[in-house]
Amino acid sequence: MATDLTQQGLGRSRQQHSGFTGMEPGAPPERHAKRGALARRGPAESLERGLGWFSIGLGAAAVAAPRLVCWLSGTRSPTVMRLVGARELAAGIGILTQRDRTPWMWSRVVGDTFDLAALSVAFTRGSRRGRAGVALAAVAGVAALDVLAAVRLTGSTTGRHLPGVSGQTDVYLERSVTIGKSPEECYRFWRSFENLPRFMQSLESVRHLDERRSHWVARGPMATRLEWTSEITADRPGEEIAWRTLDDSGAAHAGSVRFEAAPAGRGTIVRVSLHYSPLGGSLGTGLVRLLGHDPQSSIREDLRRFKQVMEAGEIPTTRGQPTGRRSVLGRLTQQWGLAS
Amino acid sequence: MKANIWYGREELRVENVPDPKILNPRDAIVRITSTAICGSDLHIYDGYIPGMLPGDILGHEFMGEVVEVGSEVMNLKVGDRVVNPFPISCGACFFCQQSLFSLCENSNPNAWLAEKLWGHSPAGLFGYSHLLGGYAGGQAQYARIPFADVGPIKVPEDLSDEQVLFLSDVFPTGYMAAEQCNIRPGDTVAVWGCGPVGLFAIKSARLLGAERVIAIDRFPARLRKASQWAEAETLNYEQVDVAEALEVMTGGRGPDACIDAVGMEGHAHGAFGTYDRLKQALMLDTDRPTALRQAITSCRNGGTVSIPGVYGGFLDKIPFGAVVNRALTVRSGQTHVQRYLKPLLELIQKGSIDPSFITTHRLRLEDAPRGYRMFRDKQDSCIKVVLKPWADVPTVDADKVEETGRILH
Repeated sequence: MATDLTQQGLGRSRQQHSGFTGMEPGAPPERHAKRGALARRGPAESLERGLGWFSIGLGAAAVAAPRLVCWLSGTRSPTVMRLVGARELAAGIGILTQRDRTPWMWSRVVGDTFDLAALSVAFTRGSRRGRAGVALAAVAGVAALDVLAAVRLTGSTTGRHLPGVSGQTDVYLERSVTIGKSPEECYRFWRSFENLPRFMQSLESVRHLDERRSHWVARGPMATRLEWTSEITADRPGEEIAWRTLDDSGAAHAGSVRFEAAPAGRGTIVRVSLHYSPLGGSLGTGLVRLLGHDPQSSIREDLRRFKQVMEAGEIPTTRGQPTGRRSVLGRLTQQWGLAS
Repeated sequence: MKANIWYGREELRVENVPDPKILNPRDAIVRITSTAICGSDLHIYDGYIPGMLPGDILGHEFMGEVVEVGSEVMNLKVGDRVVNPFPISCGACFFCQQSLFSLCENSNPNAWLAEKLWGHSPAGLFGYSHLLGGYAGGQAQYARIPFADVGPIKVPEDLSDEQVLFLSDVFPTGYMAAEQCNIRPGDTVAVWGCGPVGLFAIKSARLLGAERVIAIDRFPARLRKASQWAEAETLNYEQVDVAEALEVMTGGRGPDACIDAVGMEGHAHGAFGTYDRLKQALMLDTDRPTALRQAITSCRNGGTVSIPGVYGGFLDKIPFGAVVNRALTVRSGQTHVQRYLKPLLELIQKGSIDPSFITTHRLRLEDAPRGYRMFRDKQDSCIKVVLKPWADVPTVDADKVEETGRILH
């Protein structure tokens, strides 16, 4: 099936970007993860990490011994130096720990601009011009590296750790839930694709076109709509449904849902896997937008609702219940962050 | 309708809000005849429960008359008099099937939020933060009850509201705490905290056959209730060293089971007490586990520590070495109320227990904010406040709290 998919649909349209080959939805993710790990350790990565550690070193020094650093750099105010140190620490931690390092790298560039301005003042008017000059040159050098790293991060997509990206460009997601119904019952409900919008939050409708093909309509953020046609690639009653998209609608993906009997009559373990490339053409294809900031949890929430529909016959809600006066923030939190 | 609404720490207002509507086929609406303030509501009042939003309706102990049922609710009809359990449970999931109702997998719409804090999500609860579902509570004139075909129990007309109201929470909670102790003939059970849950735990421990029950508190009125109601021996921790006293009372071995009915806002003197208060005030700590520490250290080797008291987050300085090396069993959990409704209602009907014994104050719903303050500060020996959402009694002078307290007697 893998080769089949590479030649058609999604695989073909993405080849130039990713060398996208494995599209078997049930395949384990190790392969992609391994490739991703290798790719992430390139020279660009080393530069970014180096700058991150540099930030932490400088920040620690400026916070712990502001007077010494002032003396060394020919500047005056230990208070300002402490603040500079705190900023450096924040940037360093951000670069080293956050999935998306880009904003943190840019924060370094902004910080450099401030430092250069302050040092220029010290250099032109200060009493310790020599040291200020050396510091100015050093900061200018680091600033150049910062700009280089930041521009590279922004321009490329490879160093950017997109949510859920396990490999360099292709995404493999899997989530599961245990449901107290038989595999057959779960399969039957899911196989009637018209049922899916009941628990998949972003789906508006699914229509069967024929035995194998179906038409899907989804709501994206900001009232956008996304439509695509899917084809069933495997259909084993009570066990598995696999599919892939046919047209290049920006929602190109392949996926499967498997229904496994849980041990000792504990119902069914439902496993959904999705496989897609987030980098087709422009950053953030339709599917990426649909799945949102954290695709793993979007799938998890959909599966949770599937379980609720299957077991409880309804999805619990508080939407529409009375409340006291909410602040604007409270209303937003409730609407977007909380109650479903 | 009128409802008691949380706007922030120590900031409650009784206001008019729209009446609740049926939102799901398994919902029911009840017209609330009696509702109570729970000790755990005080943790919200004091601002220690995360995930509250200003505007939330409080309350999870309530009963009333069914006024509307959803299309899927077959076992209730309009006019039924019901008591409602505080956890919301679907009745169909893995946990509900095992009678672990407070762990229902299908009732918390904000499960992901609870997962972030606790790893997995328990059931949704009425009026107890968005972490636990954000459901509107029952300190109001009406409430919507989700999964109404599973939760509420019909109660006979010959029992008064206050005889059955506490089936919603504190009676089963105290009962489960005692049941978890696996009481055997000859056992001594020590109970920290003689608020409503502690008193029910003490009474239940007796009903379950404990030889001796030792009640620990600092308020004489509460200790008096414990000894009157269940012939408990009492320890006032402001007057004696609890650990030492327990040691002496139990022949040097320690109580067979210890129940912590205090929870996250424990009160203590000395260095540990100050340390906990400081940490909690600086938001470095979520809980003040004074009672839990004592319960663990005092418990006999191989004994059981049962924790009905509410803890929210990450506890500091818990002597876990004692748990491991002395083979203690620690049991806890939000109460699986639905499991206890029928057997405990039978105990009430048989006359083995009269829960109305613990009520000290009856107020109108409008007086809820005052009720919270009285209960929290133990003014007028307050132990349990019951609110009457439909009572129409003129307000008494605001500073004469004691008198309003008795106004509906």
